Amino acid sequence: MTTDSTQATPAVESSRDSRSRSTSVACAHCGLDVPRARVADDGGPSFCCPGCATVYATIHALALDRYYALQGEDSARQPATVSGRSFESLDHAAFLAEHVRTREDGASEVVLALEGVHCAACVWLVERLPRVLPGVIDARLDRVSGRATLRYEPATVSLSAIARTLDGLGYPPHANRGAARQEARRARSRKHVVDLGVAGACAGNTMLFAFALYGGHLDGMDPMTRTLLRGVSLAFTLLSLAWPGRVFFQGAWTSLRTRVPHMDLPVALALTIGTLFGAWNTVLDRGDTYFESLTVVVFLLLIGRFLQEKRSRDALDAVDLLFSVTDATARKVDADVERETPIEALVPGDRIRVRHGESVAADGMIERGTAAFDVAFLTGESKPRTLRVGDRVLAGSRNQGGEVDVVVEAAGPRTRAGRLMDTVRAAAETKSPIVRTVDAMARRFTVVVLVLAAITAAVWWNASPEQAIQHAVALLIVTCPCALGLATPLAVTVALGRAAKRGVLIRGADVAEALCGPALVVLDKTGTVTTGTMQLCEWSGPAVVLERVAALESGVEHPIAVALSQAVGNVDEVVSRRHVEPGFGVEGVVNDEAIVVGSPRYVERAVGELPAGIKASVERVRVRGLTPVVCARAGRVEAVGGLGDAIRPEAKAAVQALRELGHDVVLLSGDEPAVAFAIGRDLGLDERSIEGLASPERKLDRVRSAVASGRRVFMVGDGVNDAAALAAATVGIAVSGGAEASLEAADVYLAKPGLEPLLELMRGSRRTLRAIHRCLRASLMYNAVNVALAMTGVLNPLVAAVLMPLSSLTVVTLAFRAHTFGDEP
Amino acid sequence: MTILWLVVPVALLFVAAAIVAYVKSARAGQFDDLETPAIRMLYDDEPVNSSGAALGRTSPCEVAPQDRG
Repeated sequence: MTTDSTQATPAVESSRDSRSRSTSVACAHCGLDVPRARVADDGGPSFCCPGCATVYATIHALALDRYYALQGEDSARQPATVSGRSFESLDHAAFLAEHVRTREDGASEVVLALEGVHCAACVWLVERLPRVLPGVIDARLDRVSGRATLRYEPATVSLSAIARTLDGLGYPPHANRGAARQEARRARSRKHVVDLGVAGACAGNTMLFAFALYGGHLDGMDPMTRTLLRGVSLAFTLLSLAWPGRVFFQGAWTSLRTRVPHMDLPVALALTIGTLFGAWNTVLDRGDTYFESLTVVVFLLLIGRFLQEKRSRDALDAVDLLFSVTDATARKVDADVERETPIEALVPGDRIRVRHGESVAADGMIERGTAAFDVAFLTGESKPRTLRVGDRVLAGSRNQGGEVDVVVEAAGPRTRAGRLMDTVRAAAETKSPIVRTVDAMARRFTVVVLVLAAITAAVWWNASPEQAIQHAVALLIVTCPCALGLATPLAVTVALGRAAKRGVLIRGADVAEALCGPALVVLDKTGTVTTGTMQLCEWSGPAVVLERVAALESGVEHPIAVALSQAVGNVDEVVSRRHVEPGFGVEGVVNDEAIVVGSPRYVERAVGELPAGIKASVERVRVRGLTPVVCARAGRVEAVGGLGDAIRPEAKAAVQALRELGHDVVLLSGDEPAVAFAIGRDLGLDERSIEGLASPERKLDRVRSAVASGRRVFMVGDGVNDAAALAAATVGIAVSGGAEASLEAADVYLAKPGLEPLLELMRGSRRTLRAIHRCLRASLMYNAVNVALAMTGVLNPLVAAVLMPLSSLTVVTLAFRAHTFGDEP
Repeated sequence: MTILWLVVPVALLFVAAAIVAYVKSARAGQFDDLETPAIRMLYDDEPVNSSGAALGRTSPCEVAPQDRG
């Protein structure tokens, strides 16, 4: 009845695969195991894939074999990808104008985003470019972001030749999209680096003078010298506060104005009071000063911020790299000559050719040919649409079989996909910020500290007003939430870094926190809980018929044909005749038997009316939301198959696990309600939490209204049709292989397919929050000790200078040792 | 300890010079990439290999892919 026997085939194959791995031969290029079928018989080098073989040959021909010596034992192993493209589009005037800069010395400079950069030896290989390609002056690779900056002489070498060389070395280059955003991030990062350095210089120098003052404190010091040293310390403190420390005052001011609690508030309070107190005592030459503690606090807090910023910057760069890798070229046809053209250069009236496997670059009308288009990214519809001459195609549709020429009607932002992006931006702008645990704590913290300071002052007032003020100020300074402000950024930074290594790219720290509480999880169907490709889901009929059908369908490009031919493993049937009726079916002769496969109507036309049993099967397949396929052998109808978008194997367990974590799960699909309900029921959802035919606007509305009613909403999706909802949700999660629109809108990007990374994300975030809480408890304990010391009047600048870094050190250790992503607690 | 009245200002001048140099280099982008330079300096400049350079003149794209599968 079902396809148990046929679906088992891939499993058998993979176990054969793993057996061959036990007697492994390492790939000569990447070092991964070579499948047995690919092991070279002649004793020469073996490769795991054609990509590695090409790259190995290129490296060898260019005498760059040292690359292999430089690869350390611990280098990340990764098979090479070679696109084999011509890269003509890089020589196009539109590309050159946008991406290439002419330097003063006449050379050209370009930044390219490279795929496949993974290890230190990659830096060496890419930077050897000037040696192997005349005309290239200089190549610099940034390993973390995967961007190469190239200087070359345009007269000697064309950009496409450079691109082809990089491609041959296993680093397919792409136009660096989002350059303006990267530039803005870099400018911000430079500001942070400056702030950090200045704060460090101020802290270090104040420390030096503080040591002299400690000495004076013990052995005595003449008042003039003391005033000199304190004056200089005061100057450094003022510099530190006014320059790098201004961010705390700006943050505190915003926090006061918007009445949203923020960590910066207690920090700014401690800094202000500490500095005023110190300045007063310096001028009057009496009492204590805490300049060294204050400057060190500024420095440490900035370190925490810097690391956190750097981590989210790396994540954003990685997302931009994914952007760049998506196709940005089209095949423009001019007088029957195909040219690779950047999408930006397309104008209405142009003709573009779309081959099997490519995406349509612009909205337009088909002028020649027939093809099946996958429009799932745009609408969520899982069944491919067969489009013919005169039909309209939308940008972003993927050609799944056939070849068409399209006359462009709208390009760039005026396409349907482009207009949807405007909704996405609007949705992102109205999103309210997430209040973080630390910030919520900061308000209570500030109140408690102020009350304690008041109590201290009141208790000591009777003894001496001067001492009362001194102790109260000491309390305010030592409770400055340094550990608090350092611990959380560090814990989050470490967690985000580990998550990124496991293919979960998180855009910011607040996201990890927002992921922890119970929420409404909205799942998109196509491509998220399903694989997004056609598969044989149901088969009623003899298995031998399926084998014949698979043989007949192999080599046909329609997605249904591909699904049928992949339903069984290797078959040794002999196909002696084959006739394809595009969009309807195939007939032919296999092993001397006539086979007809296709839509019920097509088979009916070929062999006469279908028997009642078969008709019932077809109806049952339709009810399940699948596409029916009828097969006749030797003129007799013998089998019915149901094809559809198959649920990911782990989806049901994942939905269950999400519920156990306390989330409500809802399925919103742009597909037919029948399909949505069939899939939803298989996942174990009840009818009320399934909705079909949801347009992008409808998805956005659902998410918005849930957010407006005060719920936390996690939207999980992959398509352009999900993008607006992703942007509006508390946390938008884009799954692997998604459209670039969803990348831009989402807060989290899962680089590995399936729902398993989603669970990993939720669990990792919870562990991260626990780690943050641990750090907070530790720092609160230190503060309790500090408060006790300050209230009893034991605290002096020396004790404070020892205690404060000590507490920071403790929480930093806790933050780095915390289990977050990638390991069980 | 009157020497301090001379030494401390001199020290401050040094600090100021260091800060100015640091800020200039940071703004020029010398700290943009904190990871790759650490790797890059490990690679020695090898002597120019004439045969390698000659080989380099044939475009690598002309190297036929060798699929031994």
